[in-house]
Amino acid sequence: MSEATREIRTDYLARVEGEGAMLVRIRDGALEEVQFRIFEPPRFFEALLRGRRFSEAPDITARICGICPIAYMASSAQAMERACGVELPEQLRLLRRLVYCGEWIESHVLHVAMLHAPDFLGYDGAIELARDRRDLVELALRLKKLGNELMRVIGGREVHPVNFRVGGFYRVPAEAELRALVPELEWAREAARELVRWTAGFEFPDYEREYAFVALSQPGEYAIERGRIVSSTGLDIDVAEYEQHFAETHLERSNALHSTLAGVGAYLVGPLARYALSHDRLSDVAQEAAEEAGLGPVCRNPFKSIVVRAVETLYAVDEALRIIAAYERPATPAVPCLPRAASGHGCTEAPRGICWHRYELDAEGTILDAKIVPPTSQNQKTIEEDLVGVVRASLDLPDERLAHVCEQTIRNYDPCISCATHFLRLEVERS
Amino acid sequence: MSAVSVKPKLAVWKFSSCDGCQLTLLDCEDELLAIAEGVDIAYFPEATSAEVEGPYDVSLVEGSVTTAHDVDRIHEIRERSALLVTIGACATSGGIQALRNFADVREWIPLVYASPEFVSTLETSTPIADHVAVDLELRGCPISKAQLVETISALLAGRRPRLPTTSVCIECKARGTPCVLVAGGAWCLGPVTQAGCGALCPAYGRGCYGCFGPMESPNMDALARRWHELGASDADLVRALRTFNANAPAFREASLDRE
Repeated sequence: MSEATREIRTDYLARVEGEGAMLVRIRDGALEEVQFRIFEPPRFFEALLRGRRFSEAPDITARICGICPIAYMASSAQAMERACGVELPEQLRLLRRLVYCGEWIESHVLHVAMLHAPDFLGYDGAIELARDRRDLVELALRLKKLGNELMRVIGGREVHPVNFRVGGFYRVPAEAELRALVPELEWAREAARELVRWTAGFEFPDYEREYAFVALSQPGEYAIERGRIVSSTGLDIDVAEYEQHFAETHLERSNALHSTLAGVGAYLVGPLARYALSHDRLSDVAQEAAEEAGLGPVCRNPFKSIVVRAVETLYAVDEALRIIAAYERPATPAVPCLPRAASGHGCTEAPRGICWHRYELDAEGTILDAKIVPPTSQNQKTIEEDLVGVVRASLDLPDERLAHVCEQTIRNYDPCISCATHFLRLEVERS
Repeated sequence: MSAVSVKPKLAVWKFSSCDGCQLTLLDCEDELLAIAEGVDIAYFPEATSAEVEGPYDVSLVEGSVTTAHDVDRIHEIRERSALLVTIGACATSGGIQALRNFADVREWIPLVYASPEFVSTLETSTPIADHVAVDLELRGCPISKAQLVETISALLAGRRPRLPTTSVCIECKARGTPCVLVAGGAWCLGPVTQAGCGALCPAYGRGCYGCFGPMESPNMDALARRWHELGASDADLVRALRTFNANAPAFREASLDRE
């Protein structure tokens, strides 16, 4: 390597879910190339689903991700229900939304406090942060535990819940089981506000981009478990029309597939997108907290995604309280779903963004073909574009500092590499 | 040299998996900070950028071996670890991705990837114990939080952890759940599945789906008879055995026998 060469590498990115790497190559002081690579080995879910029963999809696809199993269970169950021509009764749909709120709380707090906040405060991780700010880490752990508690009460356990089926649930909780969570949720509403204030006080790099935001949209609510796919570029489609507008490309360097939106290119899913497209549908408490945090109606600074995640955590707590207050135990835990030869499409808002599924079934309910598009692979191209922008703005930084800023840029997306593998190492090369 | 208390070094390693089992450690919200005081978390990239060099006193290994690089890596980890504990169905049996062991993975690659030549993978997904000596295994998809905490506490105290080898049935009885297989008519793998989950599925009104893998001495024939009485075909039983522990020997043989 000549003196003018700079090569910065991170071979194994920490504080992300899964295995990924990054390479930045700088020649004569100019950025030549950025690569964000996913080397998590492929597990071939779409192939192994072929020949399985339609009813098995939620339990099997949950195993794509231990951090957001509900996202996979909810998207696959929705796809199968649509294939069977069944719509969930309102109380069962709300129970799904409630368990999904639990996953948002658990996943968001894990990322905000334990994986991402250490970047802003100069710690290696939450355990190191706890040595100086034990109060904050304890608050975060208690909040995260509450998210897990919602998943445990409704789903049976935190990771890979057992109580989820096509058509509803195996068992629906009694009113008293959910009401027992109310005092802790009321504490959590204040704690989540504290989380918003804490993150809003971080120092953020001055970096903004015009993103194409893509998220679910549902009239009257902040979309989580249902909705149409909409974008800031004017797209408004049913989830069944996804493949007519989005394409996936397989690149050599990565076991994840790159997604693009026709006529637009790279796009962004997740908290920034949801907030930009639906912030007016957040609860009053969450809107107040967002305003107090200085977010405005659209946030284009990816580093501030941590604040939006905290706002969404507050929303999920508030929404859980609302659902529980109105909850009446459904008469039956599930509605019958009889398979037919059909295709079914499902799309829900995983904590990291839309998680889209399509299945082709035969008349007996055997899966003939499956396609799953996780949020991280949809964000991969946008993450690379962010890296280009951030590196160009930070070329004067010493290698170690530049590597840190790059890693932080990637962690803005809470990338879930296990999901996207079908992701990450950091390498910066200067020549 | 003065007496300095040296905390045992704990490392957490990942192979092919969903990250759910190592997440279980971060899900120990009440115990996590106490654990971090008792052990030196020396390598745990999912949680921290800090890295302490080996050798390690205890290595927790998640995931299965699916690439040639994995094979080299697990041998290196074994050499640097005094105790190696495998955590979860992927590490102990090969996981859901071991369904490829019953198929031709070369036919699978193009179903997922447009450019199969970019994908490097082994034809099988295998448990860690197929490659190196394993000191202790924690079953489950995912592992049980209680078993993880018990294991770390026991290892810190220098004793063997208490882990059950009986079937899920014993946990159903202890919990007072009426039998879903005998009384409820549900297709349940509980009688042949190792305890550890607390008999969760039957408590939620469904049959056990075997996520802790086979118990010590499973009576597959007796189970098959009961399933047949309930209208299940051999194909139904094969499908039930071929999920998260499909490659565990007792489940694999029973499914191949009935194919």
